[in-house]
Amino acid sequence: MPGSGTDVRVLQAGEAAGTALCLTEPLSFWGGLDAETGRIIDRRHPQHGLCVTGRIIVMPGGRGSSSSSTVLAEAIRLGTAPAAIVLTEPDPIIALGAVIAAELYGIAMPVLLAGEPPGLRTGEPVRIRRDGSLSRGPV
Amino acid sequence: MEAATALQLSTGDQDHLDGRYGEAGRLAMRILVRMADLSRAECLIDIASAHIDSCLWHGRVSLDFAERLVEGGGRVAVPTTLNVSSLDLLHPELFRGDPETGRQARRLMDAYVALGCRPTWTCAPYQLPERPVFGQNIAWAESNAIVFANSVIGARTDRYGDFIDICAALTGRAPNAGLHLTANRRGEVVFRVRGVSARLLRSDVLYPVLGHLVGRRTGTHVPVIDGLPSGVPEDRLKALGAGAASSGSVALFHAVGITPEAPTLEAALHGRPPLRSIDVGPQSLRAARDELTTDEAGPLVAVSLGTPHFSLAEFERLMPLLNDGRVAHGIDVYVNTARHILEEVRGRGWLAVLEAAGVQLVVDTCTYVTPILRQGGGIVMTDSAKWAWYAPGNLGVDVAFGSMEECVKSALLGRIWRDAGLWD
Repeated sequence: MPGSGTDVRVLQAGEAAGTALCLTEPLSFWGGLDAETGRIIDRRHPQHGLCVTGRIIVMPGGRGSSSSSTVLAEAIRLGTAPAAIVLTEPDPIIALGAVIAAELYGIAMPVLLAGEPPGLRTGEPVRIRRDGSLSRGPV
Repeated sequence: MEAATALQLSTGDQDHLDGRYGEAGRLAMRILVRMADLSRAECLIDIASAHIDSCLWHGRVSLDFAERLVEGGGRVAVPTTLNVSSLDLLHPELFRGDPETGRQARRLMDAYVALGCRPTWTCAPYQLPERPVFGQNIAWAESNAIVFANSVIGARTDRYGDFIDICAALTGRAPNAGLHLTANRRGEVVFRVRGVSARLLRSDVLYPVLGHLVGRRTGTHVPVIDGLPSGVPEDRLKALGAGAASSGSVALFHAVGITPEAPTLEAALHGRPPLRSIDVGPQSLRAARDELTTDEAGPLVAVSLGTPHFSLAEFERLMPLLNDGRVAHGIDVYVNTARHILEEVRGRGWLAVLEAAGVQLVVDTCTYVTPILRQGGGIVMTDSAKWAWYAPGNLGVDVAFGSMEECVKSALLGRIWRDAGLWD
């Protein structure tokens, strides 16, 4: 079972359920994600054009600008953000965006750091609990 | 009392968490502690100054956060400068965006001034009269300022950015992690500049291109550049760092014999072997240069200089290039700079000359972060790797990268002009 809890760090605690969307390359949210629509707008990114809203995003990490924190927090405020983000590499900029949205708006979008790739496939239903445990199954 | 983490907090840090410095101090420290915990810092350290990037409008959340801090009685604890915003307050007519967004962006600027930050509105705070010194811990945001402070000055800042920058300024504290720690400042990847002509080594245009190449190829590692002539002026190092911090996540580079932590290659590597070495010659430099141009066949509509903000020395080079000429009809020329530089330019009598030539000075902001360009289609020429890297995505324009001389001559001619042989 992926994410039984031992090698997952909770960067922002929360509960979420949704279908997985795996990003195959790092994504800078600043310049790469449209907070108004939740779509990936970085033309150089392999998942360009897809919508992250309500999905459990599995991604290596961010890239580039620290303003990505703001874009993520803005997307959380607008309700266009992912349901959760599972990182496979540490990324304080993404974690900070979630921390700020929790502080300002009381919306806790979970961000997890998985020690190893969680083995999720795009389209798979996933549930995340406050302790950071992940389970597959109908949403 | 709020629970601390494994992190060791000082009495002052705990006082902030307990609200003895007001609600803003409590919120700022709570966020710092969260981030220190994520980076596994063992403690927080004092910082001597801060530079804030959060004053640039990215949406309502920017303003909600800043106004929460103002309402919470926030006041910066250390000298704090402000990065570019979305508006040029001296030339407000240049803003071509949605007026409501403009009003919100103005409110955001006011909020940061209310927190006690200095309204410097520049991405090049290292060009201000007072700047950090070697070895000093600071909390700077804005990628080009970070890489300049770490590399050229030898001050120590991690990659701070939105939200966390003002938290550090309000508390005077930052996590003891990342580039504050000596071990993390070790050079790891060596770029050996070889076979580059003496003319190109002496040209400004080499440096942004080299920075772009280094940023693309160094990954998350600290690069060391070997083979540059001694005495490289600060403006070239500024352009190098800005290019590297745009195409990659470079927050520190060493240039052997030039930057303060690299008197020798061995010193830059902390006496250890590099992870890898990469040769940089004319061919790879031309390839890097070409990556910065998206189109040069279409019509030229504008030229943008001054990313990062133009220094006084750069104005000194610009003036003779204009050669009493006038920008060709239909071409807009913008030079981004800081207010304090503008005053110097005015004092030397250059402002009138620039205006007569048809050059528009832009202060407080930059042409790639906010809607200023008058013409949508066509090609914009720039001498900045950073501008060339971000503008196509941000503004939807095509870019032709060139030297300052190529940019200015092109503006005067009304079509793209190239200095043949420059890159041989």
